[in-house]
Amino acid sequence: MADFSKKSGVHSSIPTGSMADIAFLLLIFFMVTTVFVRYRVTGIVLPRAEKVEEIKTRRHVSYVWISADRKVYIDDKIAQVNQVAPIFYERRVQNPRLIVSLKCDTRAPYGLVSEVIEELRKADALRVNFATDRER
Amino acid sequence: MANKPVLARRNKSNPDIPTSSMADIAFLLIVFFLVTTTMNQDKGIGMQLPPAGENKKIQKKNICNVWVNAAGDILINLEQEMPLSQLRADIERRLSENDKLIVSLKADEETPYNAFIDVLDEIKLSGATRISLASPEK
Repeated sequence: MADFSKKSGVHSSIPTGSMADIAFLLLIFFMVTTVFVRYRVTGIVLPRAEKVEEIKTRRHVSYVWISADRKVYIDDKIAQVNQVAPIFYERRVQNPRLIVSLKCDTRAPYGLVSEVIEELRKADALRVNFATDRER
Repeated sequence: MANKPVLARRNKSNPDIPTSSMADIAFLLIVFFLVTTTMNQDKGIGMQLPPAGENKKIQKKNICNVWVNAAGDILINLEQEMPLSQLRADIERRLSENDKLIVSLKADEETPYNAFIDVLDEIKLSGATRISLASPEK
């Protein structure tokens, strides 16, 4: 008969001593890669569209919000339309891959949106994204 | 002499920090971060604007003007009124006739942004890549 008694001598436990290190490594990875939603202007209802693209990275994105009551916000601070060009020129110099995400309310008048677009053209911030929700 | 047993007890105490539950704590934190992280990306209709001051002369036959008025009605080439549902097919037909076609979208000052995006979406869906956004007249 074969001798089976030798097998019982093998240790079969998973080493758990480094588990904490692995977990903390994962934790640090998630903490570093997480980008929180930075700006939010309340009361803006985005329009819906079908042909929607996703911006892969948030690092190059700046936001312009236009509310239904004709107010313009840059990130989350209120601004005048003629302030858009200087501010975005500065940002465009700092980051040539800048994408401007235009978050306009469904009821905002197109005239104001067009003025902001003209300002962005002046600032040479030419990559824009008309923020929409996906059509359901 | 009465103090001796107290000192003896102190020496026996174990000064180690318990590390066996460290992994549990770390995993709990990971789960917290996984749950609270918002994965929603920025979505929208991407456009590349032309540089400022650039006004190209374009032949009239290569332009298709799409007008949107304040009520959201659509007019193509100043003659043909069109419901939104037929716009995509119509622009697809025009694009198949002329592949150099530039779709010029012109909206009124008071056009709601919603109507503008609906039309822009239909133009994008029709496969047009050359889209021009004309500024409203004042």
